[in-house]
Amino acid sequence: MNAIVIAPIVFPLILGLITLSLWQNRRLQEIANLIGSFIFLLIGVLLLYQVLNEGILVTQAGNWAAPFGISIVADTFSSIMVLITVVMAFAIAIYSISSMRKSRHICDMTNKRQQFGYYPLLNIMYMGINGAFLTGDLFNMYVWFEVMLISSFILLSLDGTKLQLEGTFKYVTINLISSAFFLIGVGFLYGLTGTLNMADLAVKIHEVENQAMVTVVAMFFLICFGIKAAVFPLFFWLPASYHTPPISISAIFAGMLTKVGVYSLIRVFTLIFIGDIGYTHTLILWISGFTMFVGVLGAASQYDMRRILSFHIISQIGYMIMGLALYTPLAIAGAIFYIMHHIIVKANLFLVSGLVKRLGGSYDVRKVGGLVNTYPFLGVMFLIPALSLAGIPPLSGFWSKLFVVKAALDLHSYFIVFVALLVGLLTLYSMTKIWNEAFWKNDPGKCSSEKQIPGLFARQNVFMSVAIIMLATITLAIGFYPEPFFQVADRAATELMNPQNYINTVLGGVQ
Amino acid sequence: MNSVILSTATRVLLPILLLFSVFILIRGHQEPGGGFVGGLIASMAFALYTIAHGVAHARQIFPLSPTVFIITGLSFALFSGLMGLFVGLPAFTGLWGAYEFPVLGPLSTPLLFDIGVYLVVFGASTSIIFTLKLKE
Repeated sequence: MNAIVIAPIVFPLILGLITLSLWQNRRLQEIANLIGSFIFLLIGVLLLYQVLNEGILVTQAGNWAAPFGISIVADTFSSIMVLITVVMAFAIAIYSISSMRKSRHICDMTNKRQQFGYYPLLNIMYMGINGAFLTGDLFNMYVWFEVMLISSFILLSLDGTKLQLEGTFKYVTINLISSAFFLIGVGFLYGLTGTLNMADLAVKIHEVENQAMVTVVAMFFLICFGIKAAVFPLFFWLPASYHTPPISISAIFAGMLTKVGVYSLIRVFTLIFIGDIGYTHTLILWISGFTMFVGVLGAASQYDMRRILSFHIISQIGYMIMGLALYTPLAIAGAIFYIMHHIIVKANLFLVSGLVKRLGGSYDVRKVGGLVNTYPFLGVMFLIPALSLAGIPPLSGFWSKLFVVKAALDLHSYFIVFVALLVGLLTLYSMTKIWNEAFWKNDPGKCSSEKQIPGLFARQNVFMSVAIIMLATITLAIGFYPEPFFQVADRAATELMNPQNYINTVLGGVQ
Repeated sequence: MNSVILSTATRVLLPILLLFSVFILIRGHQEPGGGFVGGLIASMAFALYTIAHGVAHARQIFPLSPTVFIITGLSFALFSGLMGLFVGLPAFTGLWGAYEFPVLGPLSTPLLFDIGVYLVVFGASTSIIFTLKLKE
């Protein structure tokens, strides 16, 4: 029972080592990574299963008792996040196989990239992500953030093209600033309470005399996690860097990395900084409204598919933060449901855009066209996540928006409801733009007309298609059977809203 | 670089530095030192050799690819963390053997971890040095 909590952190390291030792042989790396990702997937499922059956699982690393050592905690929320990570890891493992075939000249990933350790780095990044989800210690969370970020820096810049280096430079700079804020916040918090264990902090933070100072510290955390989650007005680095790497890396970044920031925001603002909700959570509510609106406006003005999608990440982050800001069980459950839906849908849209680039020849929607004639099935595969993102019933996006909006209506926050619905409409607009331009209009003719058209399931594309279909199926499953997904999210929210259980389990020495 | 003094001195310094790095590694358990510093000193020995004789020569006397050292070191570190699980304790629990060896002291998972750090640092810095010198 102890081992399963630590397994999602340790396993990717083992897998990273295996793929690293197969450095010379790309094909073996691919196979090892695929098999490993499948085991990784099973670990994630097992963890959530155990947590649902047995409640919160804790292991005290190094056998040091709770407030002194580092606790590794798996509650429902973190297990959900871990499960989504491993699902994404599996999808990316499938997708990467064919997206790196050297026989293609419109290859979105050079062979050089694989030689320089794409798979090992990817796995180390998963280790960092899972570590951030599972740790019960704030400073340890900082360390996992660094593990995740350093791998992501290298993944972003592996090809070393000018565009990539420019994007990476912005990304590195803003993340270093964010890390500095994180450290300052951690330092202040330790000075105020004398502990960094999150469960212990949740108890001790109320005993601090200077509560105004606690709010100041909360703002430090809001800024640092806000930068990572790309909320308004700290989002500018995201559209500047996410479109530069190959699509499989963009997809995992778009799906997972910002959500680590959202996860951390939800974690600290439900567990630790709940002393002055009137101030902090109202501020977050304003931020969420601006994030949604500005993000979607940014998307409306773009023509590169990857940039449109990047701006949409920002606007969707707004909905999740809005769930946190409303701070009712339904709202938090909605936010968690939103995260589940969003990671899968968003990553899938990036993967589809990679396939569009390969088949249509460009990421720029103005240059491709007529795909609905040549690849009708690809059109369907695009429509599922796209309409889901916009919130068309009965797809998964509809339910997640419904829960968040319903929570806002319960609180009579009509303005934010108005913004949320308006943003949904604008999202639909920009998804329609991609649809009209890339799929519906006639092929402008330069890209793919003369060539022999390879099929969607031709040998070099089949793995990409399989990954896309897999994620689209999950989207449909969430859409048509939201009940079990919502129950799990609801349970996670209940745990978050009543942190006493979490605190007792971590501090009580139950192992 | 063609310097007779440097290349002659390096021949003597290389084994001494390597030996010293192991000394620092073991000393690090109770006193200043440790795997990180030890690994740096060991890679310094090869850095000197690379400067004196060039990358091709240094590669010849270098036993294995630097990546092998990184992989081995990481596996050591990982394994030292997982040892606790095998005896039914939480992961990363420090374990000490009963028998005290003359120089090493008791065998322990922290020592194994430190050797892992030594190998990773050694492998990583030599691979950096080789790559940078190749670019020249």
